[in-house]
Amino acid sequence: MEIIKIVALGIIATILTVIVKQYKPEYGMHISIATGVIIFLLMISKLASILEVIHELTNKLDMEVVYLKSIFKIIGIAYIAEFGSQVCRDCGESSIASKVEFAGKILIMVLALPILLSVLNLIIKLMP
Amino acid sequence: MAIDINLIFKIAAIGILVSILNQVLKHSGREEMATMTTITGLIIVLLMVIQLINNLFTTVKAMFEMY
Repeated sequence: MEIIKIVALGIIATILTVIVKQYKPEYGMHISIATGVIIFLLMISKLASILEVIHELTNKLDMEVVYLKSIFKIIGIAYIAEFGSQVCRDCGESSIASKVEFAGKILIMVLALPILLSVLNLIIKLMP
Repeated sequence: MAIDINLIFKIAAIGILVSILNQVLKHSGREEMATMTTITGLIIVLLMVIQLINNLFTTVKAMFEMY
């Protein structure tokens, strides 16, 4: 089962981080970053199949592909911003973490604007 | 991903090794060698972690078509 491997990896990495933190605090951070990346890379194949199903669904609905692309971009930006801010918060730098999240929100807002405008246009058209 | 678990062990091993080396070098009187080993250990681990992060970013870029 995949989940058992992931949990085992997480627990081992946490134990190692606690041990190494006593001698050298900075290596604890490296281990936590490495673990986060490895767990994500293990989940890539599952994520790819999910995205594939979403692609097929949207093709059936003959929806605008542009919207789907920006939704995927927004998900990607959200994930990376979350990853970066969590790493910064882990090492005690919560101010940097909040700045990273702030930048992520702005970028997502920029990507979400076209969708918002198209919805508004639709509503205006439907108005009697 | 075969590299998953032993990469974490490698980083932990380097961390502990560097700290032990520092103690030994400090007691034997060579202070500057101690800082040298700290810096080299840090550089090695940084290279590994940056490689991993680069791998993560390229994968996410390809996955979510974030070009």
